[in-house]
Amino acid sequence: MIETIDLYKDFGSLRVLNGISEHIEKGEVISIIGPSGSGKSTFLRCLNLLEIPTSGSVVFEGVNLMEKGVDINLHRQKMGMVFQHFNVFPHLTVKQNITLAPVLLKKRSQQEADEYADELLARVGLSDKAEEHPRRLSGGQKQRLAIVRALAMDPEVMLFDEPTSALDPEMVGEVLAVIKTLVQGGMTCVIVTHEMGFAREVSSRVLFMDEGKVQEQGSPDELFSNPQNPRTKAFLGKVLR
Amino acid sequence: MFVNFGSNIVRALTKYWGLFLEGVGITLLLSFITVFFGTIFGSIFALMRRSRIKAVSIFAIGYVEVIRGTPLLLQLYLFYFMLPELLPFMNLSKFACVCIALVINSSAYVCEIVRAGIQAVDPGQAEAARTLGLNGRQTMLRIVMPQAIKNILPALGNEFVTVIKETSLASTFFVGDLMTAYATVRGSMYLVIEPLVIVGIIYFVLTFSLSKLISKFERRLKASD
Repeated sequence: MIETIDLYKDFGSLRVLNGISEHIEKGEVISIIGPSGSGKSTFLRCLNLLEIPTSGSVVFEGVNLMEKGVDINLHRQKMGMVFQHFNVFPHLTVKQNITLAPVLLKKRSQQEADEYADELLARVGLSDKAEEHPRRLSGGQKQRLAIVRALAMDPEVMLFDEPTSALDPEMVGEVLAVIKTLVQGGMTCVIVTHEMGFAREVSSRVLFMDEGKVQEQGSPDELFSNPQNPRTKAFLGKVLR
Repeated sequence: MFVNFGSNIVRALTKYWGLFLEGVGITLLLSFITVFFGTIFGSIFALMRRSRIKAVSIFAIGYVEVIRGTPLLLQLYLFYFMLPELLPFMNLSKFACVCIALVINSSAYVCEIVRAGIQAVDPGQAEAARTLGLNGRQTMLRIVMPQAIKNILPALGNEFVTVIKETSLASTFFVGDLMTAYATVRGSMYLVIEPLVIVGIIYFVLTFSLSKLISKFERRLKASD
């Protein structure tokens, strides 16, 4: 579904991605773990060209997104993204946050979009907040809103960029629960996370990144119980105790 | 002396209140025209500055830097004498020339206000919009601008206050503004201090009440955030 070929990304003289070739299949749930500064988020943001790779290519559903003449906006509609800092739109109501893109991009009529928004909000327990502005929401509620806002475009894949890192501890659970139901529904997900327990529980495959490379990967059980790479071992030794 | 001062002020006011009032009207009119068109052109320049076409953004940057780096009085002189030469067929009045010079000046400052307002919007907002599939223009219109307006409006109000004071330079060309009223009264009454004090108080009342209004408005904008 998504393939990266020899992906490099430099910020000035700093090499952040150091040649990543990966294949993400439909239905996979991939967690990306690793120390901060290892390039996890940059890699994720390269998948929908929020960061333009310095070299290499990103192929999504058979289309090389880096090629000239490709309408990236069209492809981004199929790749939902959830950010660490939610990035919900403060000037719109909760419901408008969800309906803006589908209506503007002519995916749904206003009425259809409204109905679908109601359904999505009910699914994440935010029905009573539909007409509120996001400033009235807690962090966990904002992130749940951000998730359904992305879902309203019926994406083929969801990209999560540290979705719980900015949350108060008591709100992490509610957001992870929403992601988990998505996973159970068969959504293809790529999740950059520091929640090791969660990664182990929901992933079909875990990538360990360090210094701009995927150093090791495997099923969660393999990677967490029996890491081979000394870097993986050192990292897990620090974060798991 | 103080007795004279007081009575001179009363005399000036009773005799020339109409002139002062007209001065207030023209000063406000000049300021309004300046900020109104300054906002339109300033916004255009701000968008030009952000343009991906190098020549366009360089032109806008150059414009802003040159205007902000030279005195307004010089610009007034320049356009006052240059515009009728350049556009003789337009038969520009001196009021129009002064207005155009003020608008050209204010546009540069408004450009920076608009640019700063846009920059103050969290880049994550635009990123979120782009990941939903919105293009650059839709993102600007639907997501960034509505939020930037909240930063821009109060700053525009402050620009209006600044312009009210700056229009006093236009009196160099006797356009009938408050400072022109001062000059007229000074000439006919042979008084310097008294009409200055009157005009000063009027300017202060105008700018002070406007500033108060703006901060009230700003607080309300903040509350709705």
